[in-house]
Amino acid sequence: MSETATVLDTATAAGAAEPRRRGRVWQRLRRNRAAMAALAVVALLVLFALAAPLLSALEGQDPTTFHSDLVDSATGGVPTGSFGGVSADHWLGVEPGNGRDVFARLAHGARVSLGVAVGATLVQVALGTLVGLAAGLGNRLADTVLSRAMDLVIAFPELVFAIALMAIVPEGFPRPVLLMLVIGVLGWGAPARVVRAQVLSLRGLDYVAAARLGGSGRWRVARREILPGLAAPVITFALLRLPVNVASEAGLSFLGVGVRPPSSSWGQMLSTATTWYETDPTYVLLPAGLLFVTVLAFTVLGDGLRTALDPRAASRLRAGTRRGNAAPRRAASAARPGAGVPAAAADAATPPRTED
Amino acid sequence: MTDDLLTDRSPSGGQPAGDLLLDVRDLRVSFPTADAEGGSVTAVDGLSLSLARGRSLGLVGESGSGKSTAAFALLGMHRGTGAEVTGTVRVAGTDVNAASDEELRRLRGNRVAMVFQDPLSALDPFWSVGDQIAEVYRLHTGASRRAARARAVEVLDRVGIPDAARRAGAHPHEFSGGMRQRALIAMALACEPDVLVADEPTTALDVTVQAQILDLLHDLREETGMGLLLVTHDLGVVAGATDEVLVMQGGRAVEHGGTEDVLRAPGRPYTRQLVEAVPRLEARRTPVPVGDDVLLRVEDLHRHYPAPRGSGGERAPGLGRLLGRRPQHRAVDGVTLDVRRGETLGVVGESGSGKTTLGRMMVRLLEPTSGRILLDGRDISRDGERALRPVRRDLQMVFQDPVSSLNPRRSVGDSVAEPLLAGGADAAAARSEVRDLLERVGLPASWYDRYPHEFSGGQRQRVGIARALAVRPRLIVCDEPVSALDVSTQAQVVGLLGDLQREFGLTLVFIAHDLAVVRQVSDRVAVMRQGQVVEWGDADRVYESPQHPYTRRLLAAVPVLDPAEAASRRRARRALLALDRSADGAEPAAVA
Repeated sequence: MSETATVLDTATAAGAAEPRRRGRVWQRLRRNRAAMAALAVVALLVLFALAAPLLSALEGQDPTTFHSDLVDSATGGVPTGSFGGVSADHWLGVEPGNGRDVFARLAHGARVSLGVAVGATLVQVALGTLVGLAAGLGNRLADTVLSRAMDLVIAFPELVFAIALMAIVPEGFPRPVLLMLVIGVLGWGAPARVVRAQVLSLRGLDYVAAARLGGSGRWRVARREILPGLAAPVITFALLRLPVNVASEAGLSFLGVGVRPPSSSWGQMLSTATTWYETDPTYVLLPAGLLFVTVLAFTVLGDGLRTALDPRAASRLRAGTRRGNAAPRRAASAARPGAGVPAAAADAATPPRTED
Repeated sequence: MTDDLLTDRSPSGGQPAGDLLLDVRDLRVSFPTADAEGGSVTAVDGLSLSLARGRSLGLVGESGSGKSTAAFALLGMHRGTGAEVTGTVRVAGTDVNAASDEELRRLRGNRVAMVFQDPLSALDPFWSVGDQIAEVYRLHTGASRRAARARAVEVLDRVGIPDAARRAGAHPHEFSGGMRQRALIAMALACEPDVLVADEPTTALDVTVQAQILDLLHDLREETGMGLLLVTHDLGVVAGATDEVLVMQGGRAVEHGGTEDVLRAPGRPYTRQLVEAVPRLEARRTPVPVGDDVLLRVEDLHRHYPAPRGSGGERAPGLGRLLGRRPQHRAVDGVTLDVRRGETLGVVGESGSGKTTLGRMMVRLLEPTSGRILLDGRDISRDGERALRPVRRDLQMVFQDPVSSLNPRRSVGDSVAEPLLAGGADAAAARSEVRDLLERVGLPASWYDRYPHEFSGGQRQRVGIARALAVRPRLIVCDEPVSALDVSTQAQVVGLLGDLQREFGLTLVFIAHDLAVVRQVSDRVAVMRQGQVVEWGDADRVYESPQHPYTRRLLAAVPVLDPAEAASRRRARRALLALDRSADGAEPAAVA
């Protein structure tokens, strides 16, 4: 009993110091260096987008002014100067053809690209979670109908439909919002399937049965037992979906149904760059590089967040058996010297004896 | 060899080293934990053991005692992992720690073979059982395909697979659990190893199948003269199967000696605890005064499921088949039982017998296909979720799997408080009540905010019991509440349930496959087989004069602690088996 008592004391102390759940997730995330780096990159990108007017003003340029003096009309519009015309006035050079400032266009393009992607992802995930939950928890008829609807949405020729939609909506409607809605509404099939599958597997677990026995109604079970279990897959899915949506926006803009000039987006820049990659590689590499960094950052961040959201994974991190971090070991596991292999350590704890 | 940490009464202590198949001296295995201090966990700490030809040794300990880690070291399986292994391990004269990879490869399978706990994950689902065995044989002997194939059939036949030539072409999923374990043993035997290391070979199996496998291992050892190292947490298994026992605790050997000596008169307090914790068939329960007042009654209860496609099952009648109706699998097939207020009704049966389905219908997690469930005389078998609301609190359940029965994302306190909050209690009151409940089931109230993964299996089961108690139920169905636990933890949890029953005047339905545990807790017992209750009555009557042949066979298969008794039971089983064979042929078919 004395050993148990020591375990208790230290554990209580640790428990009291431990902040609420949200704080714990953040703490776990903070220990993951890759995820923190990714978070920093994402923050930078967001800042870049938000401060676009400020940054281009700082440079002394705007994204729409033509600089025909900076491109060589003899070669069809290749910027004069090295690296696509980099100079003190134009930090990242000018656009081939029209000579618009690349830095300003990238910064303003970030607003459209990230904004549309984030908005579309939110729409997809919200719709998907709703439909997936309804299918997973509903009766057999609801499940059948909704599952077929998911199949339909997934099998739909998205691009064709998007083009049609974009074409019939009146000119006056703000294009980025329209893009967001179109990508969002056409893309909820996959998240809905993920959510439904997760709901079905969670629903079969004993703790859900226990909640039903405890008198929790259907909604209470959904809210308190199932939704928390969905957070990790949904958040991860959303973060992995985001870069895909950046690409969708780019594709639609390329086809001329997305963002219209003079406003810019990374995808649109990348599309126009396809004709210039031999003569002005810088112009291709810049939006492509940004896109790549964005995708990578969101993916790594998504992965890190998924791990941080899972209390079990977190304890592996803490015990340091998986990753070589310097996290302090939990009092409970430290107070068990020489108890079995690490994997079996959890089972090795002697349960406190009953006093009878 | 004897020091003050080890009680050694081993008969083979003075044997010359040359005859030893296994000779382990001062084995230490530690795993780095890669934390800031660069610490490590020592799983095996100075273990020495030896095994002579034709002998068998049981390596016994609770989970975390390091017994499997030690067994893995015998085959050099820590090589290439982060584990640090010191000491000498000699297997059939080869020093495992010093051997080259090639020597080690030849040693494995050829001289020493291993049988694992989980026969399903140890077999490759893509290849037929025969091919997998033949592959092992070919690798080690370089035999032709045809010869290897013939050898596979031979060893399959040897381990008692009926119609081995045909069954060799079957895939693992077509085998029942017991047949898979036989196939694994056959694979281990293919190269006629000198030593067989069996790591909990029967833990995943039903009691009758366990007895068959243990008998098989015993016979094989007698015939081939191989040595057997049996790793298990179950002293009952050791009693019938090994000559010597080595008890491990926290990575160290604490007692070593002849099986009979150690089990009859344990020299160490720890061993004594282990021996005492083993549930005994003959242990009668102190009778609880129970009236004739029936709390719950089930009448002709059925639960059918569509049988999986392609499996035989029962064909739907003519018209149904035309309409494409699938054949039905009858999980519960006409059960009538009653549970009296304040008693414990034990339900025993092997896996697939329908006992869990029955339990889940009793608390109305499942709706019966037909039949009635009467709670205080009112039929609740057809009630919808809304109509069930008022009785939900009366019927609770304790689940088998300590992992999936608690929400990993909620603190255990929140999990226990959930039924109170759902019932409209306010948060502060619920919290203080949950703290009381946690203390009542033997957990410190301060663990309220901890998460399930920080708990051991036994502790989680206590949380599950606290949750079931929270709503002050009248009946708790305990579905295999202790089968995932170590023997000593089992005894504690069973004790706790008994105390709570007395304190709260609970009625319990105790579902388990372990006949000895059921005997300990039950006033009356129902024996289930293939969805039906084959025998039902007072526990003492059922255990002391079983009427149904199946009950008799189950009882004969229970491992006992007395080695002499174990040997006589083995003979009795053989006689029963011979009777069965003549009566209905092969062993029971695969169950999903």
